[in-house]
Amino acid sequence: MIYRRMFGIPNWNVRSPFSELERMRRQMGDLLERVYENALPGLHAGVFPTINLTEDPEMYYLRAELPGISAGDLDVQATGNKMSLSGERKIPSEKGDVQYHRREREAGKFSRVINLPGDIDPEGVKASLADGILEVRVPKAEKAKPRQITIA
Amino acid sequence: MTDAEAKELKVREKQELAAPGEQTRPGAVYTPDVDIFESDTEITLLADMPGVKTEKLNIDLRDDVLTLTGEAGSDGESSEVPVVIEYGVGKFYRQFTLSEVIDQAKIMAELKDGVLRLTLPKVEKAAPRKITVSAG
Repeated sequence: MIYRRMFGIPNWNVRSPFSELERMRRQMGDLLERVYENALPGLHAGVFPTINLTEDPEMYYLRAELPGISAGDLDVQATGNKMSLSGERKIPSEKGDVQYHRREREAGKFSRVINLPGDIDPEGVKASLADGILEVRVPKAEKAKPRQITIA
Repeated sequence: MTDAEAKELKVREKQELAAPGEQTRPGAVYTPDVDIFESDTEITLLADMPGVKTEKLNIDLRDDVLTLTGEAGSDGESSEVPVVIEYGVGKFYRQFTLSEVIDQAKIMAELKDGVLRLTLPKVEKAAPRKITVSAG
């Protein structure tokens, strides 16, 4: 007991020794939330590419950073309430005799499935690729759209 | 290139820069991934800068220091509500010191699909010139 008082170790609740940890975890979460508001870059599924998904009452907007990938090397599919992105990033080898100083850009294949939170209308999906950013506009299914209810 | 074809791309975190000199406007700053290679006549730099448009890209070379700055356009309309945010959008910034003397007049830059290709030709070495002496 003397040891505990001397070093100021928090008085752990013996019944639930993890409550202190739980409290710390919650504080950490609050702190992160305050820094990024509701955006938490870094918490991702671990599958290439990382995506940003936003919505408005009519649509879902799915965006991914895919620099150096041409539209022909990209495959976007919509099924049910899933969107699948797959493709290959090619980095053509340089002509002639060149010596590399740095090589950070990577080539390879990728494939990812994204579950959308609601039903979609697969017929109306539109995708565009500009400046290395893929943008997929996914219309929500009629029944998934929020409906304004007037009070009679 | 055979093993490169079979490779699966892995997620790499966008590298956020701590304090890139003097920042006047708030916002995240990221380090673009680059390839740099050299041939006998030129140095080529390829940089991944997704979302950056030509008018928002700045390339500066002075006193052998090459600075790349680019600003990615806004990510969608303000009316959109975020659902899942996995990557941040902001500026790109990277600086390199060049050891070779570059022929500034012949620098070429091309931005395509979010990839910058910068060609920096080396200064041509003074070609030996033969001087003929004509007899008077």
